[in-house]
Parts: sequence; C-alpha cells; structure tokens
Amino acid sequence: MDLELSRGDAEFRDEAREWLAARVPREPLPSLETQAGFAAHREWERTLAADRWSVVAWPPEYGGRGASLLRWLLFEEEYYAAGAPGRVSQNGIGLLAPALMEFGTAEQCARLLPPMARGEVVWAQAWSEPEAGSDLAALRSTATRTTGGWLLHGQKTWSSRAAFADRAFGLFRLRSPKQPSGAGAAPHRGLVYLMFPLDAPEVTVRPLGRLDGKPAFAELFLDGVFVPDADVIGVPGEGWRVAMSTTGNERGLTLRSPGRFTATATRLAALWRARAADGDGPGCGPRWDGAADGALRDRVADAVIRARAYRLYGYAAASRAAGGTPGAAASLTKVFWSELDIALHEAALDLLGACGELADEAAEAPAHGGWAAGHTFALAGPIYAGTNEIQRDIIAERLLGLPKGRRT
Amino acid sequence: MRFALDAEQTEFGHTLGRLLSTAEVPATVRSWAAGDFAAGRVLWRRLAAAGVFALAVPEEYAGLGRLPVELAVACEELGRYAVPGPVVETVAGAMLLGALAGHGKAARAAAEEWLPRIADGRAMVTLGAPEAGPYVLDAEAADTALVYDGRRLFAGAGCGPARRSVDPARRLHRPGPGGLLLAVGAAPAAAVRDAGDWAAFATAAQCLGVGLALLERTVEHVRRRTQFGRPIGSFQAVKHRLADVLIDLEFTRPLLYGAAVALAAGAPTAGAEVAAAKAAAGEAVYRAARAALQLHGAIGYTQELDLSLWLGKARALRGAWGAPGRCRARALAGLV
Repeated sequence: MDLELSRGDAEFRDEAREWLAARVPREPLPSLETQAGFAAHREWERTLAADRWSVVAWPPEYGGRGASLLRWLLFEEEYYAAGAPGRVSQNGIGLLAPALMEFGTAEQCARLLPPMARGEVVWAQAWSEPEAGSDLAALRSTATRTTGGWLLHGQKTWSSRAAFADRAFGLFRLRSPKQPSGAGAAPHRGLVYLMFPLDAPEVTVRPLGRLDGKPAFAELFLDGVFVPDADVIGVPGEGWRVAMSTTGNERGLTLRSPGRFTATATRLAALWRARAADGDGPGCGPRWDGAADGALRDRVADAVIRARAYRLYGYAAASRAAGGTPGAAASLTKVFWSELDIALHEAALDLLGACGELADEAAEAPAHGGWAAGHTFALAGPIYAGTNEIQRDIIAERLLGLPKGRRT
Repeated sequence: MRFALDAEQTEFGHTLGRLLSTAEVPATVRSWAAGDFAAGRVLWRRLAAAGVFALAVPEEYAGLGRLPVELAVACEELGRYAVPGPVVETVAGAMLLGALAGHGKAARAAAEEWLPRIADGRAMVTLGAPEAGPYVLDAEAADTALVYDGRRLFAGAGCGPARRSVDPARRLHRPGPGGLLLAVGAAPAAAVRDAGDWAAFATAAQCLGVGLALLERTVEHVRRRTQFGRPIGSFQAVKHRLADVLIDLEFTRPLLYGAAVALAAGAPTAGAEVAAAKAAAGEAVYRAARAALQLHGAIGYTQELDLSLWLGKARALRGAWGAPGRCRARALAGLV
C-alpha cells in the first residue's frame, strides 16, 4: 500500500499545475449568476478546452485526455488549489455526458460532447417538478409522440444554470394519444430521457432567486416544444434506468471532488493560524484570544481532518479495480462531502466573527465575501442531487440491508 | 499509487476473522474481566501463531518487521471480536524495545529477552507512559510492564491493585515501584513518543473494528425487533442514525491507512496522521456505541447482553492513547 505517484502521474499533475499557474485569471471572474459572468465563465471553458483541460477524463476524440480517476483527482486538486473559476459546464460534464457515453449513440456523442467540452453549449438539468422532488418518479411533465419526435408539455423547476444555459436534459412521462395520462402504470416505468433547447419559443424560462437572491436556477414552462428522435437518450420508456445510472456521478466523487475541500481546508487552516496567532484582523471587532478558544479549534481541526479523509477516500476509490463510487456507495460520499462543506465554512465564518456576515464582494470583505458566499452555496449541498434524507435511506436499505419503509 | 489492501492483506484479515468467530471470545472476555486470564492467554497464543504480534517485532528478533498496514488489519479484527488483553500495549511495547535495542546494554538485553517471545505469543507486555495517563492496562496479566516515568524507562515494574474500567475487560493498575532500569534521558523520550504514536494507531484500528461490530449487531437487532407491527429498522429515524454510523466508520478507514502509510515511511507527518485517524476513530466508535445502545433499547442497557462488551470498550478506547482534544490539536498543527 502506498500513496506515491508514478512518474507519469506526477508529470501529469505538474503539467496541470504549470498550465493553471499561467492561465488562471488573477482577479476572480464576475459572478456566474449574471449575464456577463456567465459569458466570462463560458470563455474560461473555451480556454480550458483549447489545451484539453476541460474534460480530462473523457476520451481524446471528444476533447479529453483519457485520464484515469486518479489523474482526474489530481487535476481537481490542482484546479481548486490554484483558485480557478467555478465550472459553468458542470451539469453537462458530470451528468449528461456519462448518460450519453453509456446509453447514447455514437452520433449523439460525436455531435454533443465536443461542443460541451468547449463550453459552446451549456446544459441545464430539468429533472425536478413542483410535485416531484425527492419522489422524482412522481413527475408529470409529458412527452407526446409526433412525427419524427416528441412534443414536451409541463413544468420543471430548480433547474440549475437554466437562467443562462443553452439546452436542457430531463425526464418526461410518455403519453400517447390513446392513453392520455399513463395513469395506473408503475411510476418508474414509461419515462423518457431527452434533450431540448431552452431558446425555443415553446419554452418559457423564469429565473428563480436562490437564498442569496442570485438566479442560479429557474422554472421551465414547456408548451409543446419539439424534440427530434435524435435527441432521445436510450430507449423511450426506460428513461428511469438511464437517469439512475448517472446519479452515482451526480452524488459521488465526480460531482464534488476532494480537491475542492482540500483547497478550502487549506484556506481555513491559514485563516485559523492568522486569527489564532494575531488576534483579530482590521475591522473585525475586539481582539480575541484564538489560541485559547479550544471549542473553535476543535471544529477547525475536525473539518481539516474530514477533508483529509475525503481526499484519501478518493485515492482508495481510484485504487480499486473498477474505480469510482458507483451506486449506493455514492450516497455515503454525498452525505459526507455536503456536511463537510458546511462544517468548513461554518468554522471560517465563526473565525471571522462580526465580519463573517459580509457577503459583499468588496475588497474589504474577508476573501472578497468568499467565505459567506461559500457558506450559502454549501447550505444547498444537503438538498440538491437527492436530499441527504434520501441518501440515508439508500445507505440503510442497500448498504446495511434494512427493510424498506413506507416511502416505497 | 495503490491505496488499497492487496490480496494477501485482505486474506490475513479474513483468516483472523475466521479464527476469532469460532473462538468463543465473549466467554473469554468475561473470564478475563473476572481476573481469570487462562482462556485469554490461549487465545493470545493462537493470535500470535497467526502472525499478529510478529508484525510489531523487527526481523532480527524473530519478527516480521514493522508492518503498520497488516497491524491495522489485525487490530481492526481484534476490535471487532472484542479480544481482551494489552494488544495495543504489546504492539507499542515491541516498537519501543525495538527502537531502543541499540541504546545500551540493558535495553539490548531487554529486546533480546522479550521481542522473540512477543512475536511467538509467549510474552504479553504492557506499557505505561505519561501520555497514556497514570494507569497501566492489564499489568497483572502481562509478563512484564514497561513503565516510563517521564525520564526513566523500567521493565518489570510492579503494580497496584486492579481498578475497574467502564470496559470490565480493561483492568487498570497504578505502576508500582521497582523494575529494571532500561534507559534514561533523550533516547527513551523519543522512543516512547514514537511508541505512543503506534499505540494511538493500533487503538484507532481497534476503534474501527469495535464500531463495525456495534453496527453489525445493531443492524441485526433492528431487522428482527418488531414494534407497531413492523421491524423497527424500517423506520427512518432508525435508518438514518445507522447510516450516519456507517458514514463515520467508512471515512475513518482512509485516515487509518493514510496513517499506516506515513508510519511505514517514517514520514515527519506520521504523528499528525495518526492523531487524525485516532480523533476520527474515537468519534466514530463512540457515535456507533451511542446508536447501538439507543436502538437496542433497554435490553442493550444490560451487562448480560454481549453488546455490553463493545459498548464499554468504545468509551474507553476513545480516551486511550490520545484524548480527542489532544489528537485534534496535533492533527491541526501537522496536517495542513
């Protein structure tokens, strides 16, 4: 057992580090949740893609480097350590692409993946509905057969990135003119996974302000938008299977890589040292004896230890033959990283005391308001990608073998 | 990089599991707690024959070298089956004797006397040091007590009467006077500090095993126990609590093996890695014990049920060889 990088892996890491050092913007990009910021992030995806850094784990023909899980983990460590921008294409890369690679046709992969890798087409996720959240299979939006394709009707919500994205992918209930509602069928049956444009006249996008007011997600109203057969993924009627095969990607290591939290933990430790050694920084209230605050030190230490645990967990996953965190094991990961993210940010905000509430991006705000913004973002973690309650049900039933509850 | 057990290491764990699953360990624990060590000594020899203690003994003393990964595998299994006796202290004592063998005649003689016998299971050793607190575990059962007083290291120190622990199988003694002076000054100070890291590491591995045993037993219980006409394991409040226990334990494991890799390499960060593993393991095992007791209900709150063997151990191991606060401080200072 060892943690040493092979020469090839070390060279890969060094190449990524050097590239990022040269290319990462010195000033943070404007917020992803604005028109200008979205455009700037899209441009950054193009920069990444130009040197094949946007999708390192993909096959070369689609713009990747065919990197192993270990190399992807190393890239992510370097990426977040360098303070590089958030990834506007995350939904497409992390969720849609795995579905295409597993269930899509060669034509779909060749047509859709390269523009995704270059940030030319940014994808939004259209899964949840007003009456179908944790109980996703209760979704009611429909796909009705028409010549050469499908017509979509209904409403989607909490659609991440949809305010500014180009296209969306989602699950719909098959509806034939003879069987108007599909009522009576098992809820997981009769679904179709497909892709549709957000700029079609039959689609209305209503941005929703998230907790900090920024339009990070949106409601979608669909009124007969046409989807050609070429944009159906897998077999119509088996959409649930296609969607569930990728939820491991959504929840597990590949949605929130250990590198993210390693970088945050490093910043937290630096903040702790500065505060514990020097007392309060300018403008942060009365002097405080950080070194003597054992309770806060314990929380900082716990968060740092857990970030280390997640990093090593990633290496262990990369060392297993199959790699990744498929299926139910991804639920363990999802609960762990989402709670870790909150713990890291909570500790930082408590270290900042009265200045912790500054969410402003002004220079005088600690880390340009990064800790406050990061905390707000972290608060969503236990909710999205399947709430942590659903994940704990999955862990209990599929990993521990406990009996199914009333839910099903 | 290969951060996973190899086939041989995995099989070693299975071998120990098979040995222990048929060894009637609960009865052995109960007699050990009553001061009858005979069955415990028999079990000890069998574990030694399977190679457990040789993992802490250098090859020149008939051991297998110092193999932290295999030690973690072994200590996890021993924790899982609640094996009684100074397992951790014998491992750390062997590390200490091995490290000091080159420091003077008395220390060399002690290494020659004890190490081969530790490796083959004839000798059970315990260790007392200021960082472990004022008590020495199972000093009465052990063949020799290595005791460091902050300056001098003695072998064969006497001991006071047994004091009760929250884990009845852990018999605690104040070190008495006497014994043979093995070393004094800087050499034992550094060696005892390192041995303390090995002890914390082995304790963390035991915690992981104890936690898994508590989880397994509780899962079995809540699957079988029926109330309101259904198994209580079908209720979300029960499921979620056990899911959290599993998450804690699963994310302790990489820290434990991260520490093993650091110890094997003699890395300067080894102490911090061990401290991180110990802090996480202590938290995880204690949370497992709380959940196990709560979900068993009143039947769990009895000494008669075997669950009690692990419940008490969880509480004791959380504080042994590195209290939580101290481990967190060390991890924070050394990890980032």
